[in-house]
Amino acid sequence: MIWLGIDTANSPLAIAIVKDRRILTTEVTNIKVNHSAGVMPAIEHIFKKVDISPKEIDAIAISQGPGSYTGVRIGVTIAKTLSWTLQKPLVGVSSLQVLAANAGLYQGIVCSVIDARRQNVYAGAYDTSNGLVPIIEDGHYSMAGLLAKLKELGRPVLFVGHDVDSFWELIQQELGKNALRAPYTLDLPNAAQLIYLAEQQELPPLDATHTFVPKYCRLAEAEANWLREQKGKK
Amino acid sequence: MGEFIMEKDLYILGIESSCDETAASIVKNGHEIVSNVVASQIESHKRFGGVVPEIASRHHVEQITIVIEEALQQANMKPEDLDAVCVTEGPGLVGALLIGVNAAKAFAFANDLPLVGVHHIAGHIYANALIQPMEFPLLALVVSGGHTELVLMEADGHFKLIGETRDDAAGEAYDKVARVLNIPYPGGPKIDQLAQESDAAVDFPRVWLEHDSYDFSFSGLKSAVINYKHNADQRSEKINPMHVAKGFQDSVVEVLTAKTLRAAREFKVKQVIAAGGVSANRGLRTSLEKTFKKEGIPFYVPPLKLCTDNAAMIAAAGSSMFKAGKRSDMALNGRPGKELISWND
Ligand SMILES: [Zn+2]
Repeated sequence: MIWLGIDTANSPLAIAIVKDRRILTTEVTNIKVNHSAGVMPAIEHIFKKVDISPKEIDAIAISQGPGSYTGVRIGVTIAKTLSWTLQKPLVGVSSLQVLAANAGLYQGIVCSVIDARRQNVYAGAYDTSNGLVPIIEDGHYSMAGLLAKLKELGRPVLFVGHDVDSFWELIQQELGKNALRAPYTLDLPNAAQLIYLAEQQELPPLDATHTFVPKYCRLAEAEANWLREQKGKK
Repeated sequence: MGEFIMEKDLYILGIESSCDETAASIVKNGHEIVSNVVASQIESHKRFGGVVPEIASRHHVEQITIVIEEALQQANMKPEDLDAVCVTEGPGLVGALLIGVNAAKAFAFANDLPLVGVHHIAGHIYANALIQPMEFPLLALVVSGGHTELVLMEADGHFKLIGETRDDAAGEAYDKVARVLNIPYPGGPKIDQLAQESDAAVDFPRVWLEHDSYDFSFSGLKSAVINYKHNADQRSEKINPMHVAKGFQDSVVEVLTAKTLRAAREFKVKQVIAAGGVSANRGLRTSLEKTFKKEGIPFYVPPLKLCTDNAAMIAAAGSSMFKAGKRSDMALNGRPGKELISWND
């Protein structure tokens, strides 16, 4: 069974090909690149490198968001198109879960964080003592709100993701000794890890590809404003 | 006698997602529509009074594989029956463009097909190739929400921009005037209708610019309409929206027609075509038809569903590019400000 994995939900570009539970190639690049121009050449390149043709793959794993709207959409568009035209199932995995899984060997609570600007984050917290059990659901939180929830747990929390650094002072202030920082080597998404998580899901039917959508975890701004206006009118 | 060479038919898949339509189409030999699928988002943008880029991008992701599949199904074709994939590269909304571009790249990669990035306006012009053979030199008046341009084509795939708007596009002016008249989005067709039904017109200025210029300017006209409404409001008078609509449309149509006619004469063109969403406007269509009938120059405007954004026009332009040897690679990107460049000398 050959898997292609793609994570472009944020600025890093992570892609991998896994065959029968062996990594053939996994790449991650974390420089400011334009995903729209860069993802397909990178995919074309890894297929050449491992000498596999696109028609040989059996399934596709995609990091479904949340993250940069544009980044998530580019990955999902490519994954959907490949899945539909090659007639191979498409499995979506939360981009926060992919990050948290990097610290899967740590026994305790892992919180993955992606900056959503204006002191907001996309975040999720997982208990890793028995798999990856969500404790705080993936979502869009104010940093203050997230920290309040984590504080309530009264347990050490390991933070993962390179956006953690910009909030680190605040995190430490709120959580004190319970704030743990994962090494930076675990901060980037790993597409082989993404495939590993996808393998644990049931393969969806092929016709589910057409209706597959990103997990934005947030309404478009115009839509949120519109809803607010409607409420005001009542 | 030369030997008889049977040319193989050329089947091109076109993909378009530059604004608020997600579209895919298959065109045979550059002029014959085999299938043409458009998923319009207009309903979901109505409540916002215009196209919201983020919402448009979200819809494109939802629709893109569905419309491509439908284009293949309606044509009763498989990816391996195609010769190339052509996609709108720009101009347009960047977040919208890159959905079509990345779907096209993934599709081309998976099926080992050549890829060609197409200019949206070239697409609008080549919509006419789907109606009748284009003859050169040809003059195209491109009018849409984002464009007001006069393009001279001396040959297939050869473009010379001879005039463009210096401020608002014609379609943009229609939208703004519609707002002044409290007409909900999209207001252009309604203004056209009001103008058709009106028995009188408010006298608004015609903006000609320098006497030899083929450029356009509509912001002055738009301001004149706003001032007219403002003055009436100050005097607590009601305006007649029909008279305003007709006054505005008469000014737009007169300037567009006169400049197109002058250019057609100067460059001795064999064909004049109108392209873009605003070319569906009845007032403009009628005026151009009458004028060029009198002048004795063939004038064409594609039917409505080929005037508004569609992928058949992208496949038509892409077919000409493909035959000229143009190819894009996997690094193709959406280019919101892309310029129209000739692909033939
Ligand atoms: Zn257009």
